[in-house]
Amino acid sequence: MIKRIFIMMMLALMALIFVQLATNYTENTSLTRLGSYYAENGPREVGAPNLVTAVVVTYRGLDTLGEVTVLFISAAGVGLLLRRTRRKADDEDLETGDRAEETTGTHKAASEIVETATELLLPMVMLFGVYVFLNGHLSPGGGFQGGAIIASGTMFLLLALPESHISRLLVALTESLSGFSYVVIGVLGVIMAGGFLDNRIMGLGTYGDLFSAGAIPLIYTLVGLKVGFELSAVLDRFRKDDTGPV
Amino acid sequence: MSPIADIPLSLIVLCSGLGLVLIGLWGMLTQRNMIRMIIGFSLTDTGIHMVMVSIGYVTGGTAPIINAAVPMSEAVNRVVDPVPSALVLTAIVIGLGVTAVMLSFAVRIYKARKTLMIDECTESRW
Repeated sequence: MIKRIFIMMMLALMALIFVQLATNYTENTSLTRLGSYYAENGPREVGAPNLVTAVVVTYRGLDTLGEVTVLFISAAGVGLLLRRTRRKADDEDLETGDRAEETTGTHKAASEIVETATELLLPMVMLFGVYVFLNGHLSPGGGFQGGAIIASGTMFLLLALPESHISRLLVALTESLSGFSYVVIGVLGVIMAGGFLDNRIMGLGTYGDLFSAGAIPLIYTLVGLKVGFELSAVLDRFRKDDTGPV
Repeated sequence: MSPIADIPLSLIVLCSGLGLVLIGLWGMLTQRNMIRMIIGFSLTDTGIHMVMVSIGYVTGGTAPIINAAVPMSEAVNRVVDPVPSALVLTAIVIGLGVTAVMLSFAVRIYKARKTLMIDECTESRW
């Protein structure tokens, strides 16, 4: 009871701080100095119409590499925590044989409508994901968003066709190759252009074209593939079959 | 004009975000079910993202994409701050990773103890 009162008091204090923040808030009427630097020089220096992409991929590219690393570590952590405990699962199968059969033996198949819709829509969802990360420098979107769309396609597949199999080898290969190429592009930036992950290792091209803004489409393609496959692997790990008998 | 129309747009987003942070904190502190605690974390996370986006808003600003709609010469006066947006993009991805790891811990604990209530795991405390 005392704990409850303490929690409520703490929340009330937080609320008080927040109310003060909200009442003293005045909307910005102009950009900060950093923001206006990016708005003025971003399109010229980086060649990407989407300024958020210019900041994420080029100006703060090192942070994005760190972000990709964090995502990789968390995907690896999920893989470690939910790894297949084959022998233990077999032991428990013997103990609770009938229950295990009930859960693993009879996967209730999705209806024909769902299966057909999946077959029809899945390529489109994947294509949309690719579109989003390829156009990351031109429109709202980018590698992370495109990767999330690809992973949502995988989720779709896992829900509609639970028997479908995702190749661990393919996931591991794509992930490590794209991560490695990302770092190689970063190092090439040091050698050929102004610094780590500088996108001017390729020509900036015509402003607003699909293949413009130097290495940004390439980097976002790699990030999109990496994130898409990583999140797909995480979703696959959370499947019932993989976590042993529940 | 009605008084509601005078409230700046970003203030509404800011207040919703702060409200979500409070709801999430309440959920994390009072709920005993681990899944509900993780949902509380997600709410706090989303609330913080909304606060950050609202702080980057500039009155009358549009998306920071410099193309035919926003010519380069007018960019400085017409776009919102791209830096908080980029920061939120990073924060969403990190939040997703943290949530995934928390959920897999919950799955592991459920497998080992057949319960999701945090009160029944007190012997794991140090």
